[in-house]
Amino acid sequence: MKTRISLTVNGETHEVLVPVHKTLLEVLREDLGLTGTKHGCELGECGTCTVLADGEPVLSCLALPVELAGCEITTVEGMARGGRLHPLQQAFAELGAAQCGYCTPGILLTAQALLADRPTPTRQEVKAALAGNLCRCTGYTKILDAVELAALRMTGGSRVGDRR
Amino acid sequence: MSAERTQGGSSAGSARAIDGGRFGRGAEPPSERKHEFSVVGRPLPKIDAWTKVTGETKYADDLVLPRMAHGKLLRSPHGHALIKRIDAARARALPGVYAAVTGADLPRVKFGILPVSQDEEVLCTEKVRMVGDAVAAVAAVDEETAERACRLIDVEYEPLPALMSIEESLAHPEIRIHEYGDGPNVHKSVALQFGDVEAAFAKADLVREDVFYYEGNTHLPMEQHAAVAHAGPDGKLTLWSSTQTPHYVHRVLAKALDMPAAHVRVVATPVGGGFGGKTDPFAHEIVACHLSRLTGRPVKIALTREEVFYAHRGRHPVLMWLKTGFTRQGDITGCHIKTWLDGGAYGSYGVASTFYTGVINPVTYKMPVYKFEGARVFTNKPPCGPKRGHGTPQPRFALEVQIDKAAEQLGLDPADMRRRIAAEPFTKTANHLTVTTTGLVECIDRVVEASGWRAKWRGWRFRAPASPAQPVLGEASEGAPEGGARRSEAPSEKKRGVGLACSAYLTGAGTAIYWNDMPHSGVLLRADRSGAVTILCGATDIGQGSDSILAYLPAEVLGIAPKDVHVHPADTSLTPVDLGSYSSRVTLMCGMAAIQAAERLKTVIAKAVAGKLEVGPGELVFRDGKVGAPEEWDKAVTFARAVELAEAMHGVLAFPGSYAPPKRAGKYKGGGVGPSPCYSYTACVVELTVDEETGEVELHDVWIAHDVGRALNPLLVEGQTEGSVYMGIGEALMEGQVFRKGVHKQPSMLDYKSPTTLEMPEVHTILVETDDPEGPFGAKEAGQGPLLPVPPAIANAIYHAVGVRCDEVPIAPEMILKGLERRRQGKAARVGPEKIPVFKFKEPLVVESAFGQPAEAIAVRPFQS
Repeated sequence: MKTRISLTVNGETHEVLVPVHKTLLEVLREDLGLTGTKHGCELGECGTCTVLADGEPVLSCLALPVELAGCEITTVEGMARGGRLHPLQQAFAELGAAQCGYCTPGILLTAQALLADRPTPTRQEVKAALAGNLCRCTGYTKILDAVELAALRMTGGSRVGDRR
Repeated sequence: MSAERTQGGSSAGSARAIDGGRFGRGAEPPSERKHEFSVVGRPLPKIDAWTKVTGETKYADDLVLPRMAHGKLLRSPHGHALIKRIDAARARALPGVYAAVTGADLPRVKFGILPVSQDEEVLCTEKVRMVGDAVAAVAAVDEETAERACRLIDVEYEPLPALMSIEESLAHPEIRIHEYGDGPNVHKSVALQFGDVEAAFAKADLVREDVFYYEGNTHLPMEQHAAVAHAGPDGKLTLWSSTQTPHYVHRVLAKALDMPAAHVRVVATPVGGGFGGKTDPFAHEIVACHLSRLTGRPVKIALTREEVFYAHRGRHPVLMWLKTGFTRQGDITGCHIKTWLDGGAYGSYGVASTFYTGVINPVTYKMPVYKFEGARVFTNKPPCGPKRGHGTPQPRFALEVQIDKAAEQLGLDPADMRRRIAAEPFTKTANHLTVTTTGLVECIDRVVEASGWRAKWRGWRFRAPASPAQPVLGEASEGAPEGGARRSEAPSEKKRGVGLACSAYLTGAGTAIYWNDMPHSGVLLRADRSGAVTILCGATDIGQGSDSILAYLPAEVLGIAPKDVHVHPADTSLTPVDLGSYSSRVTLMCGMAAIQAAERLKTVIAKAVAGKLEVGPGELVFRDGKVGAPEEWDKAVTFARAVELAEAMHGVLAFPGSYAPPKRAGKYKGGGVGPSPCYSYTACVVELTVDEETGEVELHDVWIAHDVGRALNPLLVEGQTEGSVYMGIGEALMEGQVFRKGVHKQPSMLDYKSPTTLEMPEVHTILVETDDPEGPFGAKEAGQGPLLPVPPAIANAIYHAVGVRCDEVPIAPEMILKGLERRRQGKAARVGPEKIPVFKFKEPLVVESAFGQPAEAIAVRPFQS
């Protein structure tokens, strides 16, 4: 049985007709073509599919769109504005924080939520915020560095030309 | 940020290595050329970084084609069973199902990655050998319908006893998992001897025998495998797949589908993490193609996370017996290792894996005499194969822990001992491998210095021992025993320790998996009137950055920006063959091919520009997007103009580049596994705390120095090193695959523990450059070697902290508590395997040791001119 659902994603409202049990992950990827949101387990264990609902990280593989009517959903496709990358995206690219890149969207959005909450987090706070996002490539080091660099830039810290 | 790099080519490794004509590509030493590099050595973002941070990169499961059907495999719930009957009629009748097939519908051929182990069926017909073996498949309108249809397929099994361990498989020759191999349930047995080990032990001051166990673990890439097949109406087939080896998949598809290879195209999509887990051809790839042929629709099969745990091909569980002789000074007189690999249900890369548990060991240290016996045993578990380090982290763990024990008995600082016995550059090993440059001594020195090793190691050192020696396996060890009383008591239960270990790893396998004389890697490079250069290469970017390397190197040669180079990877219809992203081969092999093609283009452009500027071609330099003579740089032409001049003179500008490794295989049977153009070296120090109350280990810092030859992009090399450290930590402390009655006990990302941000220590990466004559601009591998020293360094640090020897990984807290308990009972504080299987290896092939023979500085390679 399908239900008509109105979903606001990255500032655009979409009407979709989907079975009620279809997850947000599936609707984003399959019905809206927003394949930037990835899946690692579809059981809520790895953090890969994280998106933001009203600014809060949500595991889209466990979320049902019917529960999110009226929410502002942000996916990785919604991070860059007007052709300008979000400072987190810029820092991730510059510092090599994305290797295979598969966990990257979920981590970027989790970090975006953290920086909205705590604009100048300590390294330990960054670690704690990202503890639910698994990455198998980087060992997290460059991810933590990139979040710190983005935070610095977003709070008016000088652009770090020499990252060393 | 704590990465640093050795500047210049004056590292210990290359300093010792310098001799007259060792620089293959130019008359002057690269240390003097170095400052001239415009791209090489710079921490540039990867060329695909932008699409990855915006979510634009299309992985296999992101592909959607019109009319696409979704496929599912029905998998065996039994570890070992005969298939008595299988009927898909009910599935076919389900609305929304386009096709349902069993093995009877497919060509009756077996396949496998290695020519010697063609033992897999696409869909099993008579027998299943593991839980997860595919027996039938469905294509349907959506995944849900396909899954429902799978449940409607009737399969009648007759269960057989499942053999779940090396010991069980060897103890039950009457139960046969396969009918081939080197004995009942023995897939492969190897025995090689280089020199007289017994004589070497006789002249040793200390002979140690130890037994170690390294539990199996899995790659756990974040992306689950996915494949999309499209059999076109023209009778041609295209497969897009998350594979590390499109070329091998191409060959297997032709065989398994009984199609001309010329009508099959395989495209490797950007891979969301591989680590070796996507290097085999898989049943789902072949089935997707077959279903597409049947239905006339594109078919996608995306594995679930649970299926990925069963697809596996990861780290072999290996039981090891290691006997080594040492002199009082710490020199190794000889070494004998026996390994037993739990191979799982199929061959996979297992023959190579078996060799790799033995053949790379003599590369790290001077080991004049060496004997290796190895056996891979079939069990009814998911097949093991290559995972980062392929067969070498296990013996490396054994060797490095044993050296730590020997150093203690000999009263040597383990760093000094390793420094003393580090392999010499440009020599051969006992088993006839050629070591070119080695930066191991410098790596040791750098981590010792950076970590404050001397003070910490002496200051915190566990003081052995008051209790009697407890030698393993009855063979008496000399010198001071291990285990025993605690060092000076610290106030807290948390004890700090440091541990050190080293390693070496190959930069690409010297031989292909199927014997041939063709290039291992090839590129096609074309220049465009726009000033852009396009490079086509079969290499597969799995996150390591091979696409970027393919842009950087032509850019460096041609004096243009990496952004001016378009990279088209991994498409068997478009790109010259590259064998795949495994064995740390890509940067070196693709890189050399890319440099060759770029040099060929450069030569032609130089000739045309020289005519225009009326100077000699040799006077021209290519830099900053221009071509000209340095003395008259104002007359230099843009690169785009230079291309026009060259195209007007020569016609279309397209040049191939080919690479094959130097032919250095030892002249004995089995000598083809182990040779590599060059070897990377790594040294690692770990600092940690062990809680004596709970057995928990907290890592604080890891210092790791890696001899990468040259860091073509230090950012990427650091990333590979940090990622290797991470993966080594997982293997050392938590990652282990456990099975019960054929079933994986933790086939999920929650139950299969892997390190999160919270478990990761600070990683201090030090890159050492030795400028190897075999590598592109001197580069060696970076993606695998740095994993190897991490598990033993952790085990050695745990011993340093609390005096418990963990001869097995992963090291669980309860193991440490058990060791502490044993100590309280006055026994040796060792935990690990107690015995080895009853198994008779075949008579060894006895070959003279080549240890210490000088090796040529510049090897002759095929396709060099």
